[in-house]
Amino acid sequence: MSVDAATVRHIAKLARIAVSDEEVAALEPELNNILGWIEQLQEVDVTGVQPMTAVIPNTLRMRQDVVNDGGIRDDVLANAPVAEHGFFAVPKVIE
Amino acid sequence: MSNLTDLSIAAIRDGVRDGSFTAREVAEGFIANVEKGRSLNAYVVETPEHALAAADAADQARTSDDLKPLSGVPIGMKDLFATKGVQTTAGSNMLGGFKPVYESTVSRKLWDAGAGMLGKLNMDEFAMGSSNETSAYGPVISPWRRNDGGNAPLAPGGSSGGSASAVAARLCPGATGTDTGGSIRQPAAFVGISGIKPTYGRCSRWGVVAFASSLDQAGPMARDVRDCAIMLEAMSGFDPKDSTSLDMPVPNWEAALSSDIRGKRIGIPREYRIDGIPEEIGRVWDEGIERMRDAGAEIVEVSLPHTKYALPTYYIIAPAEASSNLARYDGVRYGLRGTSDGGIDGMYQATRHDGFGSEVKRRIMIGTYVLSAGFYDAYFNQAQKVRALIARDFERVFNEVDLILTPTAPSAAFALGDKSSDPLAMYLNDVFAVPASLAGLPAMSVPAGLDGQGLPLGLQLIGRPFDEQGVLNAGLALEERSGFTHRPKAWW
Repeated sequence: MSVDAATVRHIAKLARIAVSDEEVAALEPELNNILGWIEQLQEVDVTGVQPMTAVIPNTLRMRQDVVNDGGIRDDVLANAPVAEHGFFAVPKVIE
Repeated sequence: MSNLTDLSIAAIRDGVRDGSFTAREVAEGFIANVEKGRSLNAYVVETPEHALAAADAADQARTSDDLKPLSGVPIGMKDLFATKGVQTTAGSNMLGGFKPVYESTVSRKLWDAGAGMLGKLNMDEFAMGSSNETSAYGPVISPWRRNDGGNAPLAPGGSSGGSASAVAARLCPGATGTDTGGSIRQPAAFVGISGIKPTYGRCSRWGVVAFASSLDQAGPMARDVRDCAIMLEAMSGFDPKDSTSLDMPVPNWEAALSSDIRGKRIGIPREYRIDGIPEEIGRVWDEGIERMRDAGAEIVEVSLPHTKYALPTYYIIAPAEASSNLARYDGVRYGLRGTSDGGIDGMYQATRHDGFGSEVKRRIMIGTYVLSAGFYDAYFNQAQKVRALIARDFERVFNEVDLILTPTAPSAAFALGDKSSDPLAMYLNDVFAVPASLAGLPAMSVPAGLDGQGLPLGLQLIGRPFDEQGVLNAGLALEERSGFTHRPKAWW
C-alpha cells in the first residue's frame, strides 16, 4: 500500500494538522517507507486468532454512581489558552 | 562531603537514618551537581526548593523517629509526569508553560515516601524517540565519550534520555522513567545504569502524559538493582483512577532480593541472534549466559517465533493509540493555541502544526492512516492479532523457563545526528525491547560490559507477568558477577 500527495493531505486533514506543500513532499516518501516496512505483517497467518484487547487480564471495575469530584472550575480553566466568563473560549463557530 | 553524590539510594537512605550525614547535605550536593551538569541538558526545570524542603522534612523526621522509605533521597522526575505547580511539557512545545493543577499518582507516591525532587528531566517529545533528539528542548548529551579520543556527543538513548544521563552523571541518584517500547531499558543500557519496566498495570498511569495507553508503564532508573527495587516499591500500587491499574499488593521487593538463582531456568531466545549487529553484542550476551550458568541457573535455548514481527506490530499499535491520545491537543483546554483565519478548524490545524515536532506528526499521521476507514482491518486489526501471537509465544516459553535473557539494544550509544534523519533506522534500536512491551511483561536492563570503544552495553531480563522479584533477583546475580563499576569521566 502506498500513499500519494493527495492521500497525505487527506490524512493530515483527518489528523487536523496543517501541512505546507514542502511538508507534504517530505512526508510522502517517509510515510511510504514506514508503511512499506509494516506491510510485512500481512504474511503472518492469523487464522482463528482474536485481536488482543487487554495485555494483562484485568476486569473493569464498577464504582458507586455518585459525584466524587468537581467544583474546581478555576483549576480546570487555569491552563486554558483563552478563558472568558468561566468558560473555555474558542473562535466563533456559529454565524 | 562531595562524595555523598556517589552514594546509592540505599546508602543515602541508611546514612540519613543512622545520622552519618544529613539529608540537607545530600540535597545540596546533588543541587550543586545539577548546576555543574547543565551542559548535559538533562534537566529542563530545576526545583532545588522542592529537594531542600523534602530534605529538611527528612532531617526533622529523623529527630522524631518518623522516617519514611525514601526520606533524604532526592530524585529526578521525567517531564512526562504531571507535577503540581511545576511545568510539565512532555518535551513538547505543545505544552510549553503548562503547570498542572494536580500531581500524578506515581510522583505523589514518591513524595509521600519522603523523596524530594531535583527537577524535571528532558525526554523525547511525548516519549516518541530513541535518542532524546526529538525533544523541543534539544537533545540530552550522554556523559559517556568514546575512548578513541573523539569527542562526538553521544545520545543517551530515549525516550528517558534525561533520566539516563542524570543518573549516570550523578545529577541524581535515581530517576523516574517511562517505557512504551523500551524507553527505560534502552537508555539505561546506553549509559551503564539499571532500569526496570514492571508488569503493565503495576504503576498507575494517572497523571502521566499519555502516548500509547496499552503499552505505557512507569518505572525507575538507578545505578543498581537494589535501588531500582526500592524505587519501584514506592512507585507501584493500585490506583482507582487508572482503569488498567493492577489491584494486587505490592511485594517487598527489596527485602526479598537475593542473587541465589540456583535451579532457575533461563531461556535464550534464538530469534534474538540477528544479522547485522555488532559482534560485541553477542559477546556480552554470551558472557551473561556464562555468568547465569555460574550462578547455578540452567540455560535453555528457546524459540519466540514471532519476534521479527514485534517491531512492525509496535509501529502500528503505538502510533494508532498516539493519534487517538494526542487528539486532546486542540488549543482549547491547555497548551498552545495557533492562529489562523480559518475558523475553529483552522485554529485546530494551526495549533497542531505549530505545537508538534516532526516525529510526533509522523506518528500521528501513521496512526490516523492505519485507523482510517478501509485500512483498519488490514493494519490495526492485523497488528492486534499478531500482538496476541507474540504474547502467546512468551506464554508458551514461560511454561518451560523462569526468565529470558537477551541483549537490551542492538548497539552501544550512537552519536547525536547519526540516525535522526532516518526514522526506520531509529526504530530498529528497540528491536529487543519491544516484544516484552507488547506482552506487558516485566523487563529490566542491567549493565554488563563495555564495547571496544569503552561504551556500556546492557543485558535484558524478561519475566513472567507479576514476577518483578524474579527479574530483580536474576538482575542482581548478573550485576554481582559482571562487577560493572565503570563510570563516565567528568568532562562537563
